[in-house]
Amino acid sequence: MAEERPRVGLFVTCLVDMMRPSVGFAAVKLLEDAGCSVEVPEAQTCCGQPAYNSGDRADARALAEQTIRAFEGFDYVVAPSGSCAAMLKEHYPALFDADPALKAKAEDLAGRTWELTAFLTDARGMTAVNSDFSGKITYHDSCSGLRELGVKAQPRRLLQSIPGVELTEMTEAEVCCGFGGTFCVKYPEISNKIVTAKADFILASGADTLLAGDLGCLMNMAGKLQRRGSAIQVRHVAEVLAGMTDQPAIGEPSGGEPARRRA
Amino acid sequence: MQSTSHAFKDNARAALANQTLQKAMRHVKTGFIDKRAKARARLPEFDALRDVARDIKNHTLANLDFYLERYEEKVIASGGQVHWAPTAEDAVKAVLDICRRVDARVVTKGKSMISEEIALNQAMERAGLDVVETDLGEYIIQLRKEPPSHIIAPAVHLTKEQVEADFRHHHRELPPERALGEPVQLVAEARQMLRRRFLEADVGITGANFLVAETGTSIIVTNEGNGDLTQTLPRVHIVVASLEKVVPTLEDVSTILRVLARSATGQEFSSYTTFSTGPRRPEDPDGPEEYHVILLDNGRSNMLGGQFQDMLRCIRCGACMNHCPVYHAVGGHAYGWVYPGPMGAVLTPNLIGVDEAGHLPNASTFCGRCEAVCPMRIPLPKMMRHWREREFERHLTPATVRSGLALWAFFARRPKLYRFATGLQARLLGRLGRAAGRFDALPFARGWTRHRDFPAPEGRTFQQLWAERQKGGRR
Repeated sequence: MAEERPRVGLFVTCLVDMMRPSVGFAAVKLLEDAGCSVEVPEAQTCCGQPAYNSGDRADARALAEQTIRAFEGFDYVVAPSGSCAAMLKEHYPALFDADPALKAKAEDLAGRTWELTAFLTDARGMTAVNSDFSGKITYHDSCSGLRELGVKAQPRRLLQSIPGVELTEMTEAEVCCGFGGTFCVKYPEISNKIVTAKADFILASGADTLLAGDLGCLMNMAGKLQRRGSAIQVRHVAEVLAGMTDQPAIGEPSGGEPARRRA
Repeated sequence: MQSTSHAFKDNARAALANQTLQKAMRHVKTGFIDKRAKARARLPEFDALRDVARDIKNHTLANLDFYLERYEEKVIASGGQVHWAPTAEDAVKAVLDICRRVDARVVTKGKSMISEEIALNQAMERAGLDVVETDLGEYIIQLRKEPPSHIIAPAVHLTKEQVEADFRHHHRELPPERALGEPVQLVAEARQMLRRRFLEADVGITGANFLVAETGTSIIVTNEGNGDLTQTLPRVHIVVASLEKVVPTLEDVSTILRVLARSATGQEFSSYTTFSTGPRRPEDPDGPEEYHVILLDNGRSNMLGGQFQDMLRCIRCGACMNHCPVYHAVGGHAYGWVYPGPMGAVLTPNLIGVDEAGHLPNASTFCGRCEAVCPMRIPLPKMMRHWREREFERHLTPATVRSGLALWAFFARRPKLYRFATGLQARLLGRLGRAAGRFDALPFARGWTRHRDFPAPEGRTFQQLWAERQKGGRR
């Protein structure tokens, strides 16, 4: 019965797949705890946003088509990223304005697609998670999730169900971190200026842990905090919600003091 | 004005290194945003009004020819004249012809972005006219020979110390020991200097926030009252306005005004909202003898019916730039032409070409805050993306970006190959970075690692680990 144990296709996202698979496993645990059966289609790669936002509509369409095919038949498609979920949900249909058949499929996918924390609370009615994490957390609202999907209260509600969590809001939590996908390498000085301001607010919050729902933003903020010698631990919100924080935080070494490496 | 939009990157770098500018820009971030948020919170129907305002402009743009003709009829009926100006040159010529005919020497000006767009001051000065900006911000930047850096706060890039220094330098006739440290003292001094000029002026030029089709009225919203003196005291009043400023009725204006000041400065209404309909009538106590409207197209009619038509809804409130992290970082001058920030990133390529202004729609993180605050609900990020698409189609996108994208897409479109390649990459980087957890330099990501560390991947991809777990292996 689909309604009793819905089939969820996990859209892993290219960054989680390559950089931080533990986020994917945390998402799987949370989805299973929410009563879903989780599958991970092999034919997925990237949602196509780098092409789409660079003006390359042909590649964006090709990747959208690939994603639409890979996730046919699932009750839901869930991504541990507001940015990638918004790509599927808000942007895929318009890519196929000239092709009604594909547009219908894109709209069908859009209707089934969710950002992880919104799915858990809004679609599955989850109010509490099972996590023994303890720490003082500040939460950054990534732009796409916040402004395109309305993800704001959902992760905080779940975090507050963890007894050991103290939530302390940073100033300007809703302001961009300066990542912006390819923006951060196309305009590195401007990106640096924006993430520097973000890091100032994170440090001023007094938190020992920074969370967000998008790995791109997290890597940007972690990289800046660590360059400045901060010890704040940076993690994806799913890791904390799932109680799966055995892996070192983003950018932290497996053990002992960090030593800089060049490649 | 001469564009430096093509040099956006260099402009931005200089702006980031300019400590005085950075100090001045802090006020943008704090002032405008809080005030708008409070004004919005005080008006529960604010967001519903945005929908109505959007619909009014959409209807107008869909029937623009009708409303413009109606507007012209009404202006003529009220004793004024309309001069259609397809290009900036036509608009400048129309203004100069009027000034010459009435033998003008001194021209006062209210704040007008259209006059910046057509470089009117420079042309008038070349023609030997004495041009005086009367808006405080415009007055300051005229002294400094700078363009505005913001569409409603032209001198927002300056500190009050800089303005004090400019006034001391230019107002030599005033006692050097006078106190000028406080903004109120600067305002009083500018007012004192300008009073005489208002009375001397032969021609007054203003912009228009709205042109009303049903009455032939032009409307300006201001906070200093300088606009009123500019348009009522001289013999001739010239309005320079672009054609998308027209709206059908006074009722429509009232609706849009309710979102304009709140979005711009957080005021419920600006201090002055001034309606001008034709020249002075016999029974009027004051007003100009002649009333002219220069209606500028300058590329706007090309935007009708296309991907950028929504941009013509813009009412120039400045909320998009007030909320833009990129604008906060680099200020308005970095954008290199008249219109900065997100609205400029969409409008500028339409007006001066994407070859010249191609950087502007690219210099955005697509954070979406501009669209979220736009009172006219203009989809700014979407239209910036349309510009990127046109650049990509025309091969204007930098070759490095293009080839990087092509290589990435080649793999991403082939899931099996992609899994193999990402598996290799994750393993390699994971192994290299394991001890430190991160890299402080990576040869292929210098833009990133110049400013921040790059986290090392965990070492295996999710797909690899998931496949093992499915086969019964342990993670």
